[in-house]
Amino acid sequence: MIKFENVSKVYEGGFQAVKSLNFEIQKGELLVLIGPSGSGKSTTMKMINRINPHSSGRITINGKDITSYNVAELRRNIGYVIQQIGLFPHYTIEKNIAIVPQLKGWAEKDIKSRVKELLELVGLDPEIHATRYPKELSGGQQQRVGIARALASNPDIILMDEPFSALDPLTREQLQVELISLHKKLKKTIVFVTHDIDEALKMGDRIAIMKDGDILQLDTPEKLLHEPTHGFVEEFIGKHRITQNPDLMPVTEIMAETIVTSSPQKSPERAISLIRQRKITNLIIQDTDGRLLGIVSAYDLLKKMGTVKTIDEIMVPAEPYLLDTATAKDAIVLIDVAPFGMIPIVDKDHKLVGLVTRGSLLSALSSQWIETEEEDQDE
Amino acid sequence: MNNMNIWQQLVEQTQLRWGEVLEATFVHIQLVFFSMIIATVLAVTLGIVVTRVPWLKTIVLGGTGVLQTIPSLALLGFMIPIFGIGVYTAIAALFLYSLLPIMRNTYTGIKDVDQATIEAARGLGMTNMQILFKVELPLAIPVIMAGIRTAAVINVGNATLAAFIGAGGLGDFIFLGITRGIDGLILLGAIPATLLAIVIETFFSAVERWTTPKGLRK
Repeated sequence: MIKFENVSKVYEGGFQAVKSLNFEIQKGELLVLIGPSGSGKSTTMKMINRINPHSSGRITINGKDITSYNVAELRRNIGYVIQQIGLFPHYTIEKNIAIVPQLKGWAEKDIKSRVKELLELVGLDPEIHATRYPKELSGGQQQRVGIARALASNPDIILMDEPFSALDPLTREQLQVELISLHKKLKKTIVFVTHDIDEALKMGDRIAIMKDGDILQLDTPEKLLHEPTHGFVEEFIGKHRITQNPDLMPVTEIMAETIVTSSPQKSPERAISLIRQRKITNLIIQDTDGRLLGIVSAYDLLKKMGTVKTIDEIMVPAEPYLLDTATAKDAIVLIDVAPFGMIPIVDKDHKLVGLVTRGSLLSALSSQWIETEEEDQDE
Repeated sequence: MNNMNIWQQLVEQTQLRWGEVLEATFVHIQLVFFSMIIATVLAVTLGIVVTRVPWLKTIVLGGTGVLQTIPSLALLGFMIPIFGIGVYTAIAALFLYSLLPIMRNTYTGIKDVDQATIEAARGLGMTNMQILFKVELPLAIPVIMAGIRTAAVINVGNATLAAFIGAGGLGDFIFLGITRGIDGLILLGAIPATLLAIVIETFFSAVERWTTPKGLRK
């Protein structure tokens, strides 16, 4: 629906805000543009309604070049919501919402009924709020009016520039949910700029991650989480997001760090009592410097108790083991072939830093699963 | 006559010159009124132009600032070769004095309108003219009115000097009083001029309140 072809933006003074963008926004989708400040996300959005005219390339809406429209006409057909809300302080709520229909020359009674309809749509009571002034409303209510104003003449496209970032977390949450349901109901094409990855993952049908004026990846949230194509994307999505994907989750995040260990010189009797006391089945052996030496199983201990003096005689090599730079995926693959159902994790000096067992793996993955489930229920 | 105290002088002079005082007050009001009308039209226009053409700002605001520093009497003197002696010269000088406060306030009033409001207005598809008349000016009106009020009050005071160049007004009595050494006569000019200033101040304060958009009132 909205197509960018080799679009770039160079500001006066030579700063290149946006570099040769090529992408298309589908009809009816909610596309999130996200990136750190200075990444060009707002500029990219504001090129669509020519608030920030592009320097070169071509932007088309339904195949028609945006520069071929009268600029005021173009903007009247694109809803616009900004972070600072920008309601006219000298207009009542009613008049604020009526701005675009008025500019388009609608009949007075059509405007009246449209305003009422919109106030109800965004959850404000026309009886109470229509004749009030913006300063009499809370920030959240004002942004509801801001959204109603953008929807007023029923445009197909709505641009939203960090619309909820100035609101308190509770109101933000509420408006996010309401916008999602509005979007489902009205099927508008929405371009949504944010710097908040949680908001992006929650709202976006697709997300474009931007940096230094470039789109690094434009994909569905699921794809971004599972297959980030770029180191920065991975970093930007953040550690807590990456954990949903075992490929990217460091093994150090799922390992247990308190481990029962023993020195190799322990007598089998003492080792047995330790195992019973701590209710474990295998004992990890390390030397005085903390280096991993091997494993002694309770089974072997009981069987050979009378024949050995110290447990190092029945110790077997602790294999397989993993370096602390490995991923959770490596652990999942190895756990099946690990004879004791556990994988010691060592650092580069072969010192023991943790232990992955079936139990720790299961609890790490199931907590992820529970989190995802909760998020699904939100929607 | 000089044995009388100042109040007796005032009473006597008032009885003697009552008709003249009314006439002079009327002339005084005229001087202020016409200079203010011209100044307001021009200064508001210039103020708006300056907000659109940034490089003009230093020239225009600087230029009128310089005008403001010329002593009022000297300015009246400069005007004589151009407009001759009389009312026109006085109006021209008063006009020049009123430019700066009005223009500066117009400029600030418009510049101080919240940029978010302007951006929203542009984003909604308002033309520059619509933004000026529907958003910027209505929101700047209280500040512009304050400028007009300041200019008008200064103007009432400066207009007394117009008597020096034969333009009449309440200044006539003040100078007559000074030259003749009759203090009561000075008061006869000074008191109505002061009252006039107070009335104008009150009037414009009311206008200022009245023109402030309802959504902005405290």
